[in-house]
Amino acid sequence: MNQPAGDVLLEVSDLKVHFPIKSGVVFDRTVGHVFAVDGVDLAIRRGETYGLVGESGCGKSTLGRAILRLNEPTSGSVKFDGTDVARLKGEELRKARRRMQMIFQDPMSSLDPRQSVESILVEGMHAHGLDKDKEATQRRLRQLLSAVGLPETSLRKYPHEFSGGQRQRIGIARALAVEPDLIVADEPVSALDVSVQAQVVNLLEDLQDQLGLTYVVIAHDLAVVRHISDRIGVMYLGALVEETDADSLYRDPLHPYTRALLSAIPVPDPQVEDTREQILLAGDLPSPANPPSGCRFHTRCPWKQASLCDTDRPQLREIGSGHRVACHYAEDIRDGRIQPHEVKPELVELTGALNPDLGPPDIGTSAEIL
Amino acid sequence: MNTLLNKKKEPIDKLAAASGRSLGGEALRRMLRSPVAITGGAITGLFLLLAIFAPLLAPKDPLDRTLQDQVQLGRGIIPGSMPGYPLGVDDFGRDFLSRLIVGAQQTLLVGVLATVIGVLIGVLIGGIAGAFGGWVDTVLMRLVDVMLSFPSLLLAISIAALFANPSQWTVILAVSMVGVPIFARLLRGSMLVQRDADHVLAATSLGVKRGAIVFRHMLPNSLGPVIVQATLTLATSILEAAALSFLGLGDPDPSRAEWGLMLGKASRQFLDIRPELAYYPAIAIIIVALGFTLLGESLREALDPKNRR
Amino acid sequence: MALLEVRDLTVDFVRRGERPFTAVDKVSFDVEPGQTVGLVGESGCGKSVTSLAIMRLLARRGNKVSGSVRFEGTDLLTLSDRDMRDRRGRDLGMVFQDPLSSLNPVIPIGLQITEVLERHRGMSRKAASVEATDLLDKVGIPDPARRLSEYPHQLSGGMRQRALIAIALACRPRLLIADEPTTALDVTIQAQILALLRELVQDTGTALIMITHDLGVVAGLCDEVNVLYGGKIVERAERHQLFGEPRHPYTHGLLASIPRLDAGRGEKLVPIRGSVADNIPWDGGCAFAPRCPNALPVCREVSPQLVPDHGGLLRCHNPVRPAVVAGGGAR
Repeated sequence: MNQPAGDVLLEVSDLKVHFPIKSGVVFDRTVGHVFAVDGVDLAIRRGETYGLVGESGCGKSTLGRAILRLNEPTSGSVKFDGTDVARLKGEELRKARRRMQMIFQDPMSSLDPRQSVESILVEGMHAHGLDKDKEATQRRLRQLLSAVGLPETSLRKYPHEFSGGQRQRIGIARALAVEPDLIVADEPVSALDVSVQAQVVNLLEDLQDQLGLTYVVIAHDLAVVRHISDRIGVMYLGALVEETDADSLYRDPLHPYTRALLSAIPVPDPQVEDTREQILLAGDLPSPANPPSGCRFHTRCPWKQASLCDTDRPQLREIGSGHRVACHYAEDIRDGRIQPHEVKPELVELTGALNPDLGPPDIGTSAEIL
Repeated sequence: MNTLLNKKKEPIDKLAAASGRSLGGEALRRMLRSPVAITGGAITGLFLLLAIFAPLLAPKDPLDRTLQDQVQLGRGIIPGSMPGYPLGVDDFGRDFLSRLIVGAQQTLLVGVLATVIGVLIGVLIGGIAGAFGGWVDTVLMRLVDVMLSFPSLLLAISIAALFANPSQWTVILAVSMVGVPIFARLLRGSMLVQRDADHVLAATSLGVKRGAIVFRHMLPNSLGPVIVQATLTLATSILEAAALSFLGLGDPDPSRAEWGLMLGKASRQFLDIRPELAYYPAIAIIIVALGFTLLGESLREALDPKNRR
Repeated sequence: MALLEVRDLTVDFVRRGERPFTAVDKVSFDVEPGQTVGLVGESGCGKSVTSLAIMRLLARRGNKVSGSVRFEGTDLLTLSDRDMRDRRGRDLGMVFQDPLSSLNPVIPIGLQITEVLERHRGMSRKAASVEATDLLDKVGIPDPARRLSEYPHQLSGGMRQRALIAIALACRPRLLIADEPTTALDVTIQAQILALLRELVQDTGTALIMITHDLGVVAGLCDEVNVLYGGKIVERAERHQLFGEPRHPYTHGLLASIPRLDAGRGEKLVPIRGSVADNIPWDGGCAFAPRCPNALPVCREVSPQLVPDHGGLLRCHNPVRPAVVAGGGAR
């Protein structure tokens, strides 16, 4: 994989995204919050691929969108190449968007069904005045299609005439059309067939080599993320719990959640599956609207200790070079001084619980029901 | 500018075809194969032709009261079928068949105008609510809720009754108001869904301006249900206008040939003398309403994205 | 005699105005009592349609089902609707992918279980409630007595799936069909559910047909694996055999294209070119030929037969030679 070159392109500081939960008959009152992203710090270098993993409810998609200002950050800063994107407004924001693009998960809904491929690709270029020269624009369109492996005849066609993998390629071409520096890929392959996933993964890697792109890859499939990323951050309930380079994460996971996550991933190898040790987590994910006190993970943690875990929220701290963990007892667990124990599963009350990765909850009034 | 290297193309047979097939084109293709659509289209088409060419098709002048002296209401006589007057005459001695034919024109006018006005106002309200959201949305939708809480006929009656001088236009206006909240809700609902759609987010992240997003991304994808509803509303508008005329809230001018008017007058006054004066307009209204409804239903099915492939 | 004998099961989709499409093409396999059999493939391969056909859950219009499905000697395809309904739930259980749409959202969970118990095991309401509580406990739902009166939307995805499994196992069926039961779940929840399935199947001796696209799931769970492509079984093998020495180019390609947690990161993934959708409808020859790196001219003309091979079955004119297999092996 590429050696990450140079300077920090994206710096996120104490980013919080809290969605209000509204309720009421005539007027909406805010009765609570979903703490989708609750204080995240990270720095991404130009040219590297940063993987963001976690399960549903961890806030990784919300974080990805907040970086691109597709969700409004509640507080914190997102410094892209020095400029705090979270503070920009109006025309300045619109112009700044050009350099950070997104690839979406669902190839069906991420392309406007009523526009031709050509129209879809040109739209972004037009918004930034890049399509003034007609001939150059046509050349660029052909280049884009060729770069993602689609024939020129695709320009006149409509999204529904393509397969899922091909639509995803159109989405990638669309993102590339405005010549961005950063691409946030939100579950870029999870909606595709397994045999097609590898095609798109390879494509993304090739494009990065050719164009020097910086990627943030958000996914729940740790195997795919590990393959494509230089560094990986693991999220749980709105916070980063561990961050390190891809090899170390697999070889040397320090956070209990990471260890459970790794042991849960099915491996297509019967020998491994039969013999490896499984750390099964008990019970459900707590509600992001009502997170546990102290360490968010303590309710399910097999290594939970009597003190600190349920009172103090651990900060992300550095253990070993470039390896950050948010756990009070990380060193003790690593060195075997603490053993895992049985956890009694707690059922989580789901009234009012929401999945922050689905975007802002639209709990409207009863009259909203059409 | 970065240079993009040429990539080896995948062998993809389906994409070799040169031109694209838009969603509208595919919907049309699907409709042409459906018997429901063809039936509905045929009825509607015939009706439209009749309405457009009515003055040419009517054998006699609908205003010509030639046989008026043959009509003796006091003695309960209205002449029926006779040579030259296949359906007989109405209470003023005018050729009934001609009045039916010319009536198509007026009825269509009422239906189309009422629907179009309803669509325009409804789409405007729903579009603003859907595009802006927030308190604009809340206020507008409460207004719409109030309108929706009236049963449709009652709403039309209430509005028609507000006018001191009832006329064709008050009927059209009253009936159009019935459609306004329906279209507003429909469009606003579709736009809400579109607002969270990935391709709208993609356009935002590309830096496309807000206006362009609304008009290019959100509206075209939201109009489908509105179009379908419009064809169905055409049918019900005709029925509601007829009902208003029936109740006497419509145009009092007896010389106007419009099925609703004819039905209204005949069913109040001539049912025991010559019931055909009421039956035929009623049947005509029902057939036309059926035609539009069938067309609307098949349009809805054709536009349903789940039916693709 | 095997518990389930599927012979030449064929499902044709016949829609007005379109070409008939064979979604399942003469699929045959056996399930022994207590055995776990996997049906693996991607979208469009016909695995889900196969399970729905076995359970007689396909819509009647537009589908033509032929062949035979013998469960303990009786051909399920010939049963009347009423008899089939008796069988379902009592002898055959099914767990679907999406628990929210498989559970009735307006009926409390408890009622959905007791309903099955009352109908098939003739229990009284009281006895059924006790049994239902017991079942919920067995599938690992905490505080089961309280859960009985709750509605599906009050439970998380993982808990709902456990409830579905409880309903499916309520009448102690001899065969359980699980159609992508964990695809919609998070990976740690998936691990819980798979462990639960493994445990239950062992404790009760229920046979299990596991349908999934995830080869990792199959590796840990199934005794025998059938790989489907284009509505046909293209390879069948015992699981160590399948993963150690995949013979069909599709199986081999699939295993090579999946990033492995325990493999080195530097190597590029080897994808299978093209996609399933590109080649529908299939005309003559092997459905996989357009995408196959081993394709010979004969592959496009003649459709290969399913023949015995190294203890399993293989449908290929030009299979992968054992010596060539590099990745996807036991480590």
